[in-house]
Amino acid sequence: MAVKVIIPTPLRAYAGKQESVEVQAGTVGEALSGLTSKFGDLKKHLYTEEGKLRSFVNVYVNDEDIRYLQKDQTQVREGDTISIVPSIAGGVPAN
Amino acid sequence: MATKTGIPAAAPAKAASLSNEEVLRYSRHLIMPEVGMEGQLKLKQAKVLCIGAGGLGAPLGLYLAAAGVGRIGLVDFDAVDFTNLQRQVLFGTSDVGQPKISAAADRLRNLNPEIQIDTFETHLTSENALDILKDYDIVVDGTDNFPTRYLVNDACVLLGKPNVYGSIFRFEGQITIFGYPDGPCYRCLYPEPPPPGLVPSCAEGGVLGVLPGIVGTIQACETLKLIIGKGQPLIGRLLLFDALAMKFRELKLRKNPECPVCGEHRTITKLIDYAEFCGVRGEEAPSTVTNIPEITPRDLKTRLDRGDDLFILDVREPHEYQICNLNGHLIPLGELSRRVHELDSSREIVAHCRSGKRSAEAVDFLRKAGFRKIWNLKGGILAWSDDVDPKVPKY
Repeated sequence: MAVKVIIPTPLRAYAGKQESVEVQAGTVGEALSGLTSKFGDLKKHLYTEEGKLRSFVNVYVNDEDIRYLQKDQTQVREGDTISIVPSIAGGVPAN
Repeated sequence: MATKTGIPAAAPAKAASLSNEEVLRYSRHLIMPEVGMEGQLKLKQAKVLCIGAGGLGAPLGLYLAAAGVGRIGLVDFDAVDFTNLQRQVLFGTSDVGQPKISAAADRLRNLNPEIQIDTFETHLTSENALDILKDYDIVVDGTDNFPTRYLVNDACVLLGKPNVYGSIFRFEGQITIFGYPDGPCYRCLYPEPPPPGLVPSCAEGGVLGVLPGIVGTIQACETLKLIIGKGQPLIGRLLLFDALAMKFRELKLRKNPECPVCGEHRTITKLIDYAEFCGVRGEEAPSTVTNIPEITPRDLKTRLDRGDDLFILDVREPHEYQICNLNGHLIPLGELSRRVHELDSSREIVAHCRSGKRSAEAVDFLRKAGFRKIWNLKGGILAWSDDVDPKVPKY
């Protein structure tokens, strides 16, 4: 299934500066591992060393948070959009 | 008593009314039924606290004051600086160096002398937050850092106040309303902040000046809607805005039953140490770069002047190089590992960036890669401008 993964601004630097990436996947977990195998630098920004999705990164299938679906096992269908939404604080780093 | 939208609202004003001057001032509100006299009187009685008088707080304060919100509190501790003027439209060039809070209050009083402006020239802290927030109906979060975001969230949840949230990064914004009894809070969305090592560095910083204008204006809009009790408030919905694509998207937000501050089994029942909560998640942060050999800008200048063969390595981004440079060889920090072959380890190398932080990482990396004759320019190009060549602009 071809799904689109939307990369948020703070993570685009680790995803070839792309706004979105199309991957083939049947579940959210497959989509994200497809993404991180394409862009290795993304992995540490999305997952902890134990392989858990980081708690300041949320993942949505269309407009639903996967924490309230089947998490990584959430099924995706052709044409679905996966959004990665990290927390941003605003402001300009001071250094 | 609660209004239709559930705001822990002020007691109904005794004989609240508008003067003839106010009727004229607010006539474009009064003649639309969605606001009308009833809505305008609600605005007059409303008390809104704006946390942060920066990029978000500027349009927010201006529109709330213009709309006739009767009492506006402002919390900020900073002074206006030149780099603020690109987006913080509350301030003018003559305000540079002044405390933001007084410049902002002057501007808002000039815009609308009918309203009350309360100023809090302080950091919001766990010690003062509940005391400052308690007198207001609605809190608007226009801060710029994670510790204050979590502090504002927790204080709003503990006090039962709506929290109109907006945050920005470069050209992307997020807006929602937290803190309603059945709605989510910030911790429902993000239980924990990013560890310090994973927050974007200054190489990825910057912000499109108009972006906080748009996001802060949306926060103002939601605040006014909450007060007058009209429309569909942005509760349980996260609005994402991408200014480059010029796209708005909306995601569903849910109250997390496991939330430590608003969930069923609460573990946070009072304000905590937010600097510690956000800062000392050290185990995931990269090891702090220490014991880096440094050279001061003055010493570098002396050595260059006497003709020493030094290789200057600039690890900033290409767009920063265009602002100013020291004629160095440009390899952005993120590309260093795969472009290390461009460097000659037999030569003496001085690495620099803007402030000295990224180049310290570069020096650390290169030392581990076997480079021995390498120094970090202490204080970066900023210190070079201060100590050696003021013609080099600071940014």
